[in-house]
Amino acid sequence: MKRCVYINDDDLSHDIYCDNRISNRKYTVWNFLPKNLWEQFSRFMNQYFLLIACLQLWSLITPVNPASTWGPLILIFAVSATKEAWDDYNRYLSDKKANEKEVWAVRHGVKKHIQAQDIHVGNMVWLRENDEVPCDLVLIGTSDPQGLCYVETAALDGETDLKTRVIPSACMGIDFDLLHKVKGLIECPEPDKDIRRFDANLRLFPPFLDNDVCPITIKNTLLQSCYLRNTEWACGVAVYTGNETKLGMTRGVPEPKLTAVDAMIDKLTGAIFVFQLVVVMVLGVAGNIWKDTEARKLWYVEYPTKGPWYELLVIPLRFELLCSIMIPISIKVSLDLVKGLYAKFIDWDNKMVDQETSTPAHAANTAISEDLGQVEYILTDKTGTLTENQMIFKRCCISGTFYGNEIGDALKDEDLVNAVATRSPDVIHFLTVMAICNTVVPIQRQNGTILYKAQSQDEEALVHAAAGLHMVFVKKNGNVLDINFNASVIQYEVLDTLEFTSDRKRMSVVVKDCQSGKLFLLSKGADEAILPCASTGQQTRTFSEAVEQYSQLGLRTLCLAWRELEEDEYQEWSLMFKEANSALVDRDWRIAEVCQRLEHHLQILGVAAIEDRLQDGVPETIETLRKAGINFWMLTGDKQNTAIQIALSCNFVSPEPKGQLLLINGKTGDEVRQSLERVLLTMRITSSEPKDVAFVIDGWALEIALKHHHKAFMELALLSKTAICCRVTPSQKAQLVELLKSCEYRTLAIGDGGNDVRMIQQAHIGVGISGREGLQAARAADYSIGKFRFLKRLILVHGRYSYNRTAFLSQYSFYKSLLICFIQIFFSLISGVSGTSLFNSVSLMAYNVFYTSVPVLVNVLDKDLSERTVMQHPQILFYCQAGRLLNPSTFAGWFGRSLFHAIVVFVICIHSYAFEKSEMEELSMVVLSGCIWLQAFVVALETNSFTILQHLAIWGNLVAFYVINWIVSALPSSGMYTIMFRLCRQPSYWITMFLIVVAGMGPVLALKYFRYTYRPSKINILRQAERLGGPILSLGNIEPQSRAFEKEVSPLSISQPKSRSPVYEPLLSDSPNAIRRSFGPGAPFDFFQSQSRLSSSYARNCKDN
Amino acid sequence: MNSNNTPSSSAGGPGSAAAAAAADSTTPPTTRNSKRPKYSRFTQQELPACKPILTPKWVISAFMLVTVIFIPIGVASLFASHDVVEIIDRYETDCIPEDSRKDKVAYIQSSGDKTCNRILNVTKHMKHPIYVYYQLDNYYQNHRRYVKSRSDQQLRDRDSENDTSACKPEDKTANGLPIVPCGLIAWSLFNDTYSFSRNNQNLSVNKHGISWKSDRDHKFGKDVFPKNFQNGTLIGGKHLNESIALSEQEDLIVWMRTAALPTFRKLYGKIEVDLVAGDVINVTLQNNYNTYSFNGKKKLVLSTTSWLGGKNDFLGIAYLTVGGLCFFLAMVFTIIYLVKPRRLGDPSYLSWNRNPGGH
Repeated sequence: MKRCVYINDDDLSHDIYCDNRISNRKYTVWNFLPKNLWEQFSRFMNQYFLLIACLQLWSLITPVNPASTWGPLILIFAVSATKEAWDDYNRYLSDKKANEKEVWAVRHGVKKHIQAQDIHVGNMVWLRENDEVPCDLVLIGTSDPQGLCYVETAALDGETDLKTRVIPSACMGIDFDLLHKVKGLIECPEPDKDIRRFDANLRLFPPFLDNDVCPITIKNTLLQSCYLRNTEWACGVAVYTGNETKLGMTRGVPEPKLTAVDAMIDKLTGAIFVFQLVVVMVLGVAGNIWKDTEARKLWYVEYPTKGPWYELLVIPLRFELLCSIMIPISIKVSLDLVKGLYAKFIDWDNKMVDQETSTPAHAANTAISEDLGQVEYILTDKTGTLTENQMIFKRCCISGTFYGNEIGDALKDEDLVNAVATRSPDVIHFLTVMAICNTVVPIQRQNGTILYKAQSQDEEALVHAAAGLHMVFVKKNGNVLDINFNASVIQYEVLDTLEFTSDRKRMSVVVKDCQSGKLFLLSKGADEAILPCASTGQQTRTFSEAVEQYSQLGLRTLCLAWRELEEDEYQEWSLMFKEANSALVDRDWRIAEVCQRLEHHLQILGVAAIEDRLQDGVPETIETLRKAGINFWMLTGDKQNTAIQIALSCNFVSPEPKGQLLLINGKTGDEVRQSLERVLLTMRITSSEPKDVAFVIDGWALEIALKHHHKAFMELALLSKTAICCRVTPSQKAQLVELLKSCEYRTLAIGDGGNDVRMIQQAHIGVGISGREGLQAARAADYSIGKFRFLKRLILVHGRYSYNRTAFLSQYSFYKSLLICFIQIFFSLISGVSGTSLFNSVSLMAYNVFYTSVPVLVNVLDKDLSERTVMQHPQILFYCQAGRLLNPSTFAGWFGRSLFHAIVVFVICIHSYAFEKSEMEELSMVVLSGCIWLQAFVVALETNSFTILQHLAIWGNLVAFYVINWIVSALPSSGMYTIMFRLCRQPSYWITMFLIVVAGMGPVLALKYFRYTYRPSKINILRQAERLGGPILSLGNIEPQSRAFEKEVSPLSISQPKSRSPVYEPLLSDSPNAIRRSFGPGAPFDFFQSQSRLSSSYARNCKDN
Repeated sequence: MNSNNTPSSSAGGPGSAAAAAAADSTTPPTTRNSKRPKYSRFTQQELPACKPILTPKWVISAFMLVTVIFIPIGVASLFASHDVVEIIDRYETDCIPEDSRKDKVAYIQSSGDKTCNRILNVTKHMKHPIYVYYQLDNYYQNHRRYVKSRSDQQLRDRDSENDTSACKPEDKTANGLPIVPCGLIAWSLFNDTYSFSRNNQNLSVNKHGISWKSDRDHKFGKDVFPKNFQNGTLIGGKHLNESIALSEQEDLIVWMRTAALPTFRKLYGKIEVDLVAGDVINVTLQNNYNTYSFNGKKKLVLSTTSWLGGKNDFLGIAYLTVGGLCFFLAMVFTIIYLVKPRRLGDPSYLSWNRNPGGH
């Protein structure tokens, strides 16, 4: 489909396309309620509660007032709806602001001031310097005689540099006064979200001649939300408007990510649901039988001899309603609240603020903090993530001579300086390529200095270096570049730019020396992209060696080359290039193909080596996280040697002999297969010994391996803890994430650039470094941090605490719901299985929504171990990774605890309130207070650290319970009038409460103490140690000097405590601190188990394929 | 990021880049600083906290403390319970003449005199007030159908006498007139009566003040009178005097406080004189109430009361048991602690400090 835009023709394109009204709103005033309700009810939990609430409207079966479900349900819905509405209102406000912005546009041939929302496709829009572009425009004219203008695209892709935009060739030289009369036709594709492509054609109508079709690329456009800079004015034709702009199309709500904890909670909810159905069936059948055998004898009940047809259903349905509280209605709200707070804690964290740029960490996704604590694999980009992405030219090799090897800085190498001074031709050529083979824009500043605006850090480094060697790139005047070399100005005209793409891995420019008129092709790029293009006679061995040598030092290398072009050759090629540039289909591919026709027989000038320094704290961070049992994969577009060097220097792999690198390479399928099999064999052998084995694979081999040897590669992925993948493309990065995800690992992808976006979005957790390559990655990510080293804190502190807290909160929510539900079930056993509710509606509602929710919410402040201890013993993360604190067995513990507590409360109450005291309302309140007392002590027992807020919430809640019930008891109209006053005056009430607390908590405390002291988990030990301040605190310091010591003690503590088996060991556990006994003291990590898990999951995954 | 350049500068190090950023930044420094989160102990999760850990000392003393508190309370409760003197007389079978015992239901449903004499022996001195209860066993006042069948509105308010929707099936008479008080609970009002005599002297039973004052004042209207009550074909229980307001019908008020358990006692009246050990009390009772169709038991209970209420050993025994268990646990933990002392937080238990795999 194509879109035809008639320039300045108000009649033709008016109604076909939408106007420029931006709308990010999800709702309108009218559809808000239905749409929002529909969305909320698409969740299973809400459907369940709605069904229950509807059933309760049937008074025959409802055990309690329908308000006890409708109340919380409406509250929950109101809260989420209000939140949505508020967000939507804010979106509306910002839309409105953007929509009502005044812009200059041409209407019926006259320039007018109109609101941005009234721009239509085909309108011509005028912008002045520093204006925001209101919609996607095709440039028609600028103030610059060359038709250039500069835009800042930070809002679009986060890149802060200025980009050059140029008017289409057909519009060159149109007079300013005539611009608003231009008529023409632009054929462009339907709107899409690719902000790097725009393949269209322009044809101007007479009198603007040029019947030629003129190609338009992204270089001729101004996209919405960019800013016009350094240009007095520019004008363009609107091609995409409103929500159909490139920016508008990229918007959209990302798929919500589900954490492992959420999935587990859903699973447990499902289990409880099944349990509930079973209970309902059993009680329903029992109730019907009891009714037929016993209840008919009870004359005072007056059962009719024959009931309606649905009679058999009545009792089961009643029990369904009675048991519906088993699934806590409050859990979703509580979880949403605490998750929001976890995210806030990340935002607020002062220790994760990058001091250099004052960038705080930010959690864009508030729902997945728990997953941070369960990360098993980290896939990291190299450049900009591990390194500073601040390129500095360090060394070079020009026609066989190495510069900078001795002092480490080529710019200070006297040989090179002399070579420049003596105008050695090779060196001059080398410098020329450095200075002009790029897309850098120099900007003269008032103080005479020159500011380079570059898209690529490498180019910036090269231009700076060239300037340092007196080859100063002074000015870019349209296509003419001014080079100042030793005080003489050389001018070059850039004829064509053969741009860099990650596939081509090189870029070239065709320039004309303005003095001699000679044509040159200047190229630079990766060695494997440049060296094969060398002219047949030239020896490239020295250059390969130089590349090798440099990359072993961890430097990035670029090969520079040039060639003189013949006029004819260029003319011929230029036509093809033009044609390829105006292709509407497969333009990239065709351009690449055409470029190749020119880039051959190059004369290699030399190799430039650029240093990219490691960020602060990267080795320490990686070491700590590897100790925590997290595996690292490095995915980089860089060369193998560079990648390996960086990997070694940041503790990615240990040097020989502890570590071992296994290379997978090969150019053909067979070679790759053999190599893969060899590596796999070695892996299998070494996986039983604690050796640090990593495999290295390059993009080419990876492509083959993923395509043809998927199974084998999968096994390799399962076996290997560390991998280095070099020369990989963005989509391969995403594929690798996908691969690990399919092995059921929790993955975290971290990166900083646009090429990491796909992997970041693909992974369970995406972390973006808000770094130098712009904010693109940070925008797409769930979390953005300023520096790689903050990852340690993000995972070990925030992730771990979040997991622990949610694990407790969710299980506790089930515990308290089950507690009250079991009591209802017990009561029905002594009330003729008729489905009477022991509690009144108000108490039931308040129990779930208020009494038991408030204290547990304060649990978000709970810290089992101090941050310092966790940092010193990162291995403790294993408990979170393996899901030790929330799994079916810990849940069974909580289930058992609620059953036990229900029995305690119920048995004690019906015995101490027997005979003359067995009044319904009184007994109900006694039982309820028993539950409240118990839950206060349960929360207190499970709280690891008490802050003032916790005390307030736990004990304040208990007081609030009495205050509220006294108030209710003081209302004559309420059912429980005077009840609470009567109870509180009875000594037997208080004695009963005391008994319930001790009988309920005694065994729990005893069990917990026993496990804590005699079967302690690592968490327990560390807590004890922390409390005692024992020697352990001084032992595991992760300061650089003591690192060596630790390495000695435990050379391979990283060898993964992964003894997680798919079957959870049954536990006596009833506390979130519960651990598996097999992991107890003295038991070394079980490698066999880990192997069996690997192979079992491997087998499972193979089946899937 | 941007970087400045002068021909003389050798390389754009971090310094020059930062300088360029500062000079060229699109966001002024003030807004940058405001991006920094504000420091507070709450936001940094650094609120002062106390972290109790379960040390042996702490746990053992907690259990000992519980023991020390529980045993005396248990003993006191048991004493209180033992001080209560209770006379229980189960009469539902004995009060049916021998020849009618084959078909008790037919007997109880027949009209005629069902007077029955019982003799109670007082074994211990009973101080007044002595509470007279009737106890029903296997009687489900908590049955869902039963417990809901009442109209609090109607009981309270004269104008709401038509408010009987909840009372089915005892809501209206055959000709559609509302029953006051409606519902199964009121309809099945207990109607056995007792009169007591000692040494042929009548022992008066005070039936005033046996119900809750709050019920009399607020739940049962002073101007609501029984209407159409027990007029149907099925007679449930006691008839009510239509000239007495509901707030004065204390038997009804007591009965309407439904019991939560299938075995319950309800107050019948109070005897305001002491009974001396050896006293023989003659009870003349009218055995009217049908518990025979569902094998329910009827008992007459005379009981004194203590600070804990009636005779109930449960609390005392439970307290002694729990106290004993806590003592036992405390002892066990002490012994284990002494025999096999274990250093808390011993780093040697952290197995990751060891070399895995025996290397």
